[in-house]
Amino acid sequence: MDLQTIWFILIAVLFIGYFFLEGFDFGVGILMPFVSRDEVDRRVTLNTIGPFWDANEVWLITAGGAMFAAFPHWYATMFSGFYLPLFLILLALIVRAVGFEFRSKLKERWWRVTADQFVFWGSAVPAFLWGVALTNIVMGLPIGDDMNFTGTLAALLNPYALLGGLVSLIMFTLHGALFLSLRTTGEMKERVEKVARAMWAPAGLVLLLFAALGYRHTVLFEELGLIPGTLPMITIVAFIAAFVFMQIYRFGWAFAATGATIVFGTIVAFQGLYPVVMPSSLSEDFHLTVYNASSSDLTLTIMSFVALIFVPIILAYQGWSYWVFRQRVTRDAIPRD
Amino acid sequence: MEALELARWQFGITTVYHFIFVPLTLGLSVLVAILQSFYYRTGDIHYKRLTKYFGKLFVIIFTLGIVTGIVQEFQFGMNWSEYSRFVGDIFGIPLAIEALMAFFIESTFLGLWIFGWNRLPKAVHLACIWLVAIASNLSAVWILMANSWMQVPVGYEIVGGRAELADFVAILLNERLLVQMPHTILAGFITGGLFVLGMSAWMMIRKQQTEIFLKSAKIALVFTAVASILTATTGHDQAQDTVQTQPMKMAAMEGLWDTEEPASFSLFALIDQEERTSMREVRLPYMLSVLAHNNLTSEVRGMNELQAEMEEKHGPGDYIPPVAIVYWSFRIMVGLGFLFIIISIRGLWLWWRGTLEQHTRFQKATIIMMFLAFVANTAGWIVAEMGRQPWVVYELLLTADGVSPSVFESSIWITMIGFTIVYGILAVAAFYLVYYYGKQGAPEEQEGVETNLHTY
Repeated sequence: MDLQTIWFILIAVLFIGYFFLEGFDFGVGILMPFVSRDEVDRRVTLNTIGPFWDANEVWLITAGGAMFAAFPHWYATMFSGFYLPLFLILLALIVRAVGFEFRSKLKERWWRVTADQFVFWGSAVPAFLWGVALTNIVMGLPIGDDMNFTGTLAALLNPYALLGGLVSLIMFTLHGALFLSLRTTGEMKERVEKVARAMWAPAGLVLLLFAALGYRHTVLFEELGLIPGTLPMITIVAFIAAFVFMQIYRFGWAFAATGATIVFGTIVAFQGLYPVVMPSSLSEDFHLTVYNASSSDLTLTIMSFVALIFVPIILAYQGWSYWVFRQRVTRDAIPRD
Repeated sequence: MEALELARWQFGITTVYHFIFVPLTLGLSVLVAILQSFYYRTGDIHYKRLTKYFGKLFVIIFTLGIVTGIVQEFQFGMNWSEYSRFVGDIFGIPLAIEALMAFFIESTFLGLWIFGWNRLPKAVHLACIWLVAIASNLSAVWILMANSWMQVPVGYEIVGGRAELADFVAILLNERLLVQMPHTILAGFITGGLFVLGMSAWMMIRKQQTEIFLKSAKIALVFTAVASILTATTGHDQAQDTVQTQPMKMAAMEGLWDTEEPASFSLFALIDQEERTSMREVRLPYMLSVLAHNNLTSEVRGMNELQAEMEEKHGPGDYIPPVAIVYWSFRIMVGLGFLFIIISIRGLWLWWRGTLEQHTRFQKATIIMMFLAFVANTAGWIVAEMGRQPWVVYELLLTADGVSPSVFESSIWITMIGFTIVYGILAVAAFYLVYYYGKQGAPEEQEGVETNLHTY
């Protein structure tokens, strides 16, 4: 395997990690206003991701940095091409973090209501826009011969891409509901489990529609043929498994199953693209590939050693932090004020 | 305004704003870790209360550092795509390592520290805040490595119009990095030290918990005194490196139009960039030769000569940075730096005399210093970045050639206005929270009862 392929896989891994981890904390932020009966409930939901969300977000920052280092052209084309959507994502991530950290600092009602809005929109907007962005990449963008995006914002907001946004929004929300069921107790736990079970069928419908229309809209499925193949099948099976596990009240397993759906769904997208990273809808000659978009072999070699050393260490201590905070968050844990 | 100017304004606004919070967290994280170490070693509950007090303020400030940092990483690609294509091979490495080596540690262990007071053994919990402090400062090392390469490009070769990596060790040991990194980090330590000193002084003026805040004031005084002296010496090293590697920046810092031998140091000047002259100058003879070369005779080259040389090398163009801004920013930074040394030594003297807690005038002065630290940081950053113009990578890539060709002016207007408004609101919120929690004083703590720093 050449260095370019290794780095393509590594960047895919970083995005997969990001979608899996931040996926559920987006979901928690989206559900917070709907599954909470009172102020204590709202604080319980936020505290389920309290120690985690920031480190989850670093997966995105690392993916961005790794793209910059390993595939500067991919980074440059994508970030300048998705200019306004990324601006919205940035604003969302800013107000979301501030919502988390500043919310309980003051008791005034308007302050907390504002923070709730920050948390909800700050979670929902990126959960939606990442789906839009990824769908657009898979569909191909008007990229010219100088590797630059030549389209407009309107081109990015086409119906199929918006459907892709709906897919990520609903999947992350479902994933978040199941995470909440693992981290809460009592009535709250029952409520989020009800929400998760109610969400499965609509989520399935959106997914099905997205997959079916995918045959028409993307090159991805042309290559696959009518029988989707192993990886898409795993995605489908994982999604169905989530339903089965919810029926037999195994919510931990159901969480793993929605996680697997997100992981394998993202793998399908990346695997379908390879060796192209940003297909051009104008001409095949203008595609950005792992080869014409990459850094020098020396840069990739150095970065490989760095990743080899640090990624296992990161996984170890991040995993440990989940172990330290494995206890469920109860209503009693919230200080009265 | 054109897209280029808009993109530059946006980068300037977002970077200066980001750089308000970052230096403070560099120093404050270390000071919180020191306070908690004092508690760990002495068992004195006062230090635990101080750790909680400054820890809370640290997290408020740190949050803004994080959220504005994401913007920094994204906007290279968003507004400066041609720059990103040109430098990615080299510039991307420290950015990626920064995330892998520093950001993951900071974010994970900060979560463990905030929420882990009652879950982790004391020593492990203390290790968490030290890891946050070390990782914060490590991240500074990597991002300054990226910046040093923009100032003094080394270890590269130009292949197909891009800078490709040729020698990684040269980038790790870039001599600019070796002077710029300690100078910047130590300036962060001053900022953190003056913050702890200023807040402690505020409490002492209010006669609130004087006994407790005298302890943090003393720690901050030692910390600031050492950091401010070392910032001056490393700053001197950096200036001497600039003479060698970026003579144009040096000449702009000194408002030196014509080459002088020996060179005099300018104390005051009205600079006319168009006419390329300075008026009403007050100059100290020989001093610039001393500062630049450590002797009384050496030559320091002026901007006119350097401009001619650059035109010869790079073709026609204006290679002189905005002189007045660079000249005055440099003087503000250096002047404030000396002020910080004086104030911290004065504080140590008052401590020696045993009058630190009663000396209201000194306490008020430290509160002003706390704010002036941010002015000094900003001025220093402006010298480094504006002094490099019109280059984005010194002598390799013009700023004008780095901008994204595919982004519309209207889009940049939207993002610039959006960021400015949101950043403005956040600044007010953060300032108010620091004021609100600062005023409350150190929280009550009991021996043996552990509560988290905060609950969401």
